[in-house]
Amino acid sequence: MLDDALRSNRLPAAPGVGYKPQHFSQILEHAKPVAWLEIHAENYMGDGGRPLAQLRHLSEQFPISVHGVGLSIGGETPLDTDHLARLKHLVGWLNPASFSEHLAWSTHDSHFLNDLLPLPYTDATLTRVCDHIDQVQEVVGRQMLLENPSSYLAFEESTWSEPDFLSEIARRTGCGLLLDVNNVFVSATNLDFSPQGYIDAYPLEQVGEIHLGGHDEDEDDHGRPLLIDSHGREVVDPVWALLDYVLEQSGPKPLLVEWDTDVPDWPVLRAEAERAQTALDRVPA
Amino acid sequence: MSVSQTSFHSALLDASRPVPDGLQDANAAPAGRRFSVYRNNVAVSLTEAMHQAFPVITKLLGPQNMDGLAGIFLRQHPPSSPLMMFYGEDFPGFLAGMEQLSHLGYLADIARLELALRRAYHAADGHPIEPDALAIAPEDLMAAKLTLAPAVQVLRSDWPIFAIWQYNSQADAPKPQAGAQDVLITRPEYDPAPHLLPAGGADWIARIQDGQTIGAAFEATAAETPEFDLGTTLALLLQGGAITSVTIERLDT
Ligand SMILES: [Fe+2]
Repeated sequence: MLDDALRSNRLPAAPGVGYKPQHFSQILEHAKPVAWLEIHAENYMGDGGRPLAQLRHLSEQFPISVHGVGLSIGGETPLDTDHLARLKHLVGWLNPASFSEHLAWSTHDSHFLNDLLPLPYTDATLTRVCDHIDQVQEVVGRQMLLENPSSYLAFEESTWSEPDFLSEIARRTGCGLLLDVNNVFVSATNLDFSPQGYIDAYPLEQVGEIHLGGHDEDEDDHGRPLLIDSHGREVVDPVWALLDYVLEQSGPKPLLVEWDTDVPDWPVLRAEAERAQTALDRVPA
Repeated sequence: MSVSQTSFHSALLDASRPVPDGLQDANAAPAGRRFSVYRNNVAVSLTEAMHQAFPVITKLLGPQNMDGLAGIFLRQHPPSSPLMMFYGEDFPGFLAGMEQLSHLGYLADIARLELALRRAYHAADGHPIEPDALAIAPEDLMAAKLTLAPAVQVLRSDWPIFAIWQYNSQADAPKPQAGAQDVLITRPEYDPAPHLLPAGGADWIARIQDGQTIGAAFEATAAETPEFDLGTTLALLLQGGAITSVTIERLDT
């Protein structure tokens, strides 16, 4: 269980965006309303050069969220201690406003698969994930936020609902939660549950950050919609509506727009941040 | 039915294997093509990473051939760490072992060059010496030892790899001519650049990196390669910001 002193999420309840190097100079010239930036930790684990120089520069002007995509917290095998040491080093150097990772696995048999792979929600997974989060928070010396995945399928063996599973992880480890409302919408469509029902069951008081992103539409073998979490386009209206539903209950939160493939020009991404600002403006503080 | 990550992992990388039992849709029907989303994510993201990592190889082979090759490579050599910026370390060896590509003998060395450029991009920052730091008496210069920046890399090839790289990276570059070429990579500030080394240059730099003085390295190199041009080699290093310190060893008499 995490020491209270390590709970140091300092992201503002304002829009942020996922940082892409091609936007560097435009962010410095015209960021508003973007108030903070999120980076993928693994892209800043080299020894030097432009990536770290740009990050150092940006961190002097913006709160930074370090978002790991490669720790494989749900992995059946022990965490990669080399990778954990790299995360500790990055977080120690940057002293970011927030640090987060995913409820997923990506490494097996020393192969890194570069995707966020799904977990069965069982007691055994719960124990393993909590042990790994305890280890991460101890080594990195910070509270971490844990993000809900996008699901394309379900495990027959699961005995927990995802919101209950995340609540219990937060209760046991003291980690916070990163609520990705697009992921909720994608999973709800793909697995045929109510996204509002998910939010009603979800521990909003643990949320340190909210993600928004775009998805693609496909079909399963039976012609039913299968949404793919691609982060390659605008956030769709039903996801903005789900965000409103969340913010009404949670109050203002740090909102991040993720756009990772087919990355648009800065004005397009900034327009998404403006829409996030509008959503925040409607919420009584 | 519980699904281990071992069986998930094997089915992910091998589309001829059945989707593991115990994965289902909302109506408890088998997951079917829902599992393919993960297969596809892995294959597409790693293929994309290979295109970005090896733009010249991609250009030489054509994007479709590169897709096919990456598809085989990523199954034989999945990433061994989450640092995707270094993915493809095994690609030169893989290319060298491809029977169908044996008529393009230079491919493996071009891949090594592209890997080295990426390593240089992410290497630790060095603080270059002032350009006039080597404007010293010749006997002092010969007794000097140099430290090179972490981004500096040297590649030797039996193929004209610098010319091939340049021809496929720059609009107005001349057509490559046959012949062996050695390449020096420097990184003035943040952008790595390859340079053609004169004959003997790679040997001389290796001796400098071993801690020999400029003079001793020169004598040994000139003995093997009489036409070795020290001035050109030193100028490439200086202009590339590749020298980070000079120490002059004075002999006490
Ligand atoms: Fe997300």
